[in-house]
Amino acid sequence: MGEDNVLVMEHISKAFPGVQALSDVQLTVRPGSVHALMGENGAGKSTLMKVLIGMYIPEEGEITFLGRKVKIENTQQALRMGISMIHQELSPEPYMTVAENIFLGREPLGRFGLIDKKKMMAETKALLERLEIDIDPNTVMRNLSVANTQMVEIAKAISYDSSLIIMDEPTSAITEREVAHLFRIIRTLKDKGVAIIYITHKMDEVFQIADDITVFRDGRHIATVPASQTDRNSLIAMMVGRELTNLFPKEDAPIGEVVLSVRGLTRNGVVDDVSFELRRGEILGLAGLMGAGRTEVIEGVFGIKPIDAGEITVKGKRVDIKSPRDAIRHGMALLTEDRKLTGIMGVLSVRDNMMIASLSSYSKAGFLNKRIIDETCAKEKTRLELKTPSMDQVIRLLSGGNQQKVLVSRWLLTVPDILILDEPTRGIDVGAKSEIHRLMSKLAQEGKAIIMVSSELPEILGMSDRVLVMHEGRVGGIFDRKDATQENIMRAATGHNELMAAV
Amino acid sequence: MALKATGETRDKNQQWGRVNAFLGKYGIVLILLAMILAFSLLSEGFFTARNIFNIIRQISFMGLIAIGVTMVIITGGIDLGSGSVLALTAVLATSLAQIQTSATLKYPGLEVPVIVPIVVALGVGALTGVINGSLIAKFKIPPFIATLGMMTVARGFALIYSNKPLSQLTPEYNFIGQGALFGIPFPVILLILVAVVIHVMLNNTPFGRYIYALGGNEQAARISGVNTDRVKIGVYTLAGLLSGLAGLVVSSRVGSGQPGQGMGIELDAIAAAVIGGTSLSGGIGTIWGTIVGALIIGVLDNGLILLNVDQYWITIVKGTIIVVAVIIDQRKNR
Ligand SMILES: Nc1ncnc2c1ncn2[C@@H]1O[C@H](COP(=O)(O)OP(=O)(O)OP(=O)(O)O)[C@@H](O)[C@H]1O
Ligand SMILES: [Mg+2]
Repeated sequence: MGEDNVLVMEHISKAFPGVQALSDVQLTVRPGSVHALMGENGAGKSTLMKVLIGMYIPEEGEITFLGRKVKIENTQQALRMGISMIHQELSPEPYMTVAENIFLGREPLGRFGLIDKKKMMAETKALLERLEIDIDPNTVMRNLSVANTQMVEIAKAISYDSSLIIMDEPTSAITEREVAHLFRIIRTLKDKGVAIIYITHKMDEVFQIADDITVFRDGRHIATVPASQTDRNSLIAMMVGRELTNLFPKEDAPIGEVVLSVRGLTRNGVVDDVSFELRRGEILGLAGLMGAGRTEVIEGVFGIKPIDAGEITVKGKRVDIKSPRDAIRHGMALLTEDRKLTGIMGVLSVRDNMMIASLSSYSKAGFLNKRIIDETCAKEKTRLELKTPSMDQVIRLLSGGNQQKVLVSRWLLTVPDILILDEPTRGIDVGAKSEIHRLMSKLAQEGKAIIMVSSELPEILGMSDRVLVMHEGRVGGIFDRKDATQENIMRAATGHNELMAAV
Repeated sequence: MALKATGETRDKNQQWGRVNAFLGKYGIVLILLAMILAFSLLSEGFFTARNIFNIIRQISFMGLIAIGVTMVIITGGIDLGSGSVLALTAVLATSLAQIQTSATLKYPGLEVPVIVPIVVALGVGALTGVINGSLIAKFKIPPFIATLGMMTVARGFALIYSNKPLSQLTPEYNFIGQGALFGIPFPVILLILVAVVIHVMLNNTPFGRYIYALGGNEQAARISGVNTDRVKIGVYTLAGLLSGLAGLVVSSRVGSGQPGQGMGIELDAIAAAVIGGTSLSGGIGTIWGTIVGALIIGVLDNGLILLNVDQYWITIVKGTIIVVAVIIDQRKNR
């Protein structure tokens, strides 16, 4: 064995203080194949990949790459050997251009050892064109949307001409259209014999693109199977260790009076005359392509960015929302889209991150009630099956999905009437995902009103009572649950919707 | 076979994890103890009750400022103006606490109770903080620039107000820096009191946690409903207030207020915070760490002087220690 595999990892073990992230796991990847790595949040997927590229040194284990035993000690070495990685947490240099980011650390040098900017620009342009990614190489990274940032990272990883490319949840920030684009790119790479390790929580993707599937659970290798010989349900069972029947457990909730009404919301250049209503007990899905203005609407409603025109009414009262604080005061909560930038406070503890939005309701006479805070944290931990060695753990050290769970808790603890969730299950495993969906359903039944932005059509279709589809900053259509079909939504999202539904 | 090996590694790894965690938390205390031990062996006069109290008294005003700047650094900011604010509040307060026979009497005929100079010093100190905080929060001026401005402006005002030392102060006033309760120097009591109060505030009040949140991720804090502007202004105000308190302590300790006082003390204070584990990138820091950091600086100063080390060498050693502390901090938070 060995010769005809690109990569063989054997008996890999890696521990962090208080966490055994990997115990004696193995992974074998064939050339020109897409190998999906699946498992719950905190199962150890990212950790194994970081071991592979030399970011972590395992206590135990052997790696054979291209038929040779190797010891990989840092990422540069991995890159030189032909292994590149798209990281789960995007980390671009915000003030550099797209080209500078792609060539970071290996800038083409010209005369006098200075950076040959022209060449760098030209090569980036050629790369992006080859991959059919429509981004100007001169754009400064911080001006790119999350999705475009992700596309740049993808391009960067490919530009190394590696024989193995690791993609750690590359599609968590992009919509179906870019996913399809990425898959086209992956197929071309495959044809050239490049192997790909693909980490995702999205079942559809796995069956579309993967040749082999490896499942991890709690840092252990559970199984490796060809994708053609398994199905959704058995995969889920392997991942969570039990049967999981209902993926979208939306139950009917009594729809009550209007709690939020938005009229003529406009933010110059990004949102144009958007109006909608939200009722008690309702889940309103917000769909649309990337850049359609969904997040921008939310930012306006929640007071993160100023609006240029429009009226917001909460429970029949006209309100003036100038800051998130105002929004929270009026009973709103917002789980933001970009976990790292606007969500977690990286160096702070899980406890702090969970409690930050509701501290004032957990204090007496100005002092925090630590006992109740600890009890609350413990309850949340069980409710969302949060994997963390303790509440004092620095949140940055949790797996991506577990960070997301902490943020969901943060907002539920504010006991809001209106819950706005921007991509709430991004990066969350199937088990926890259906748990969050169940929670949403329950909250709706309790009379809360929910807005859910999602790029995942099945999630939109499965959970929404009504769907508002955005198209180029405007309302492309609003559909009741019974009319909300994939075709209708896609048509409205691309601007081919004749029957403009009444608002 | 493989499984057994894994088990062993796990145990070993967890042990190392614990050792690391212990060193991360108490490493600086060990360094402090090692330094005390070394100086005690090298110099006879070092480990005496008198000298130890001396050290603590010496760091007391720097410690007060360090506590303020720790909070500021936790929010992700910096305060360079504290030394100048100390001088300004010192000359203002002492001008209101001179005895009538003083050679440099500023206001002949004016006699006010000691509470007046105290309130003036604390009030002006707090006011400089309000200005710093407002510039930073409302006008979005980087903390480095805003407080650098305060550093020169406050020093300028101090010099304009009095270009000579204001001495011969009332006994009540001098008690602040020279008195003692139950045999403990009053400045030391003040320092401990302030440290405990701020420690409790940081750990047990929403405002305290907001300070950490601000440094952890300002955007996330704002979206979570934290009034970030108010927290910023609040923190700089507290830091200013503590600079004012330090101004009172210093001037009453030496029995005069001078416009040149506190020159460079802000750097010692920042050093104490950083040595004590406060991260210049924000979100991390503790008061007790800062106190240990201040003690390390105090012990170093005192011990090296006792050993007759050249003053210039002392600055070199101090500078090196700060850089090393930051390197350790960076590695820890990688
Ligand atoms: N640097 C670290 N220090 C401490 N613990 C860590 C560190 N990195 C990962 N862990 C822990 O190791 C476990 C595995 O994490 P990992 O990131 O590999 O999970 P994952 O399978 O990628 O999950 P997700 O699907 O949520 O991304 C988690 O419990 C995580 O908290
Ligand atoms: Mg991961």
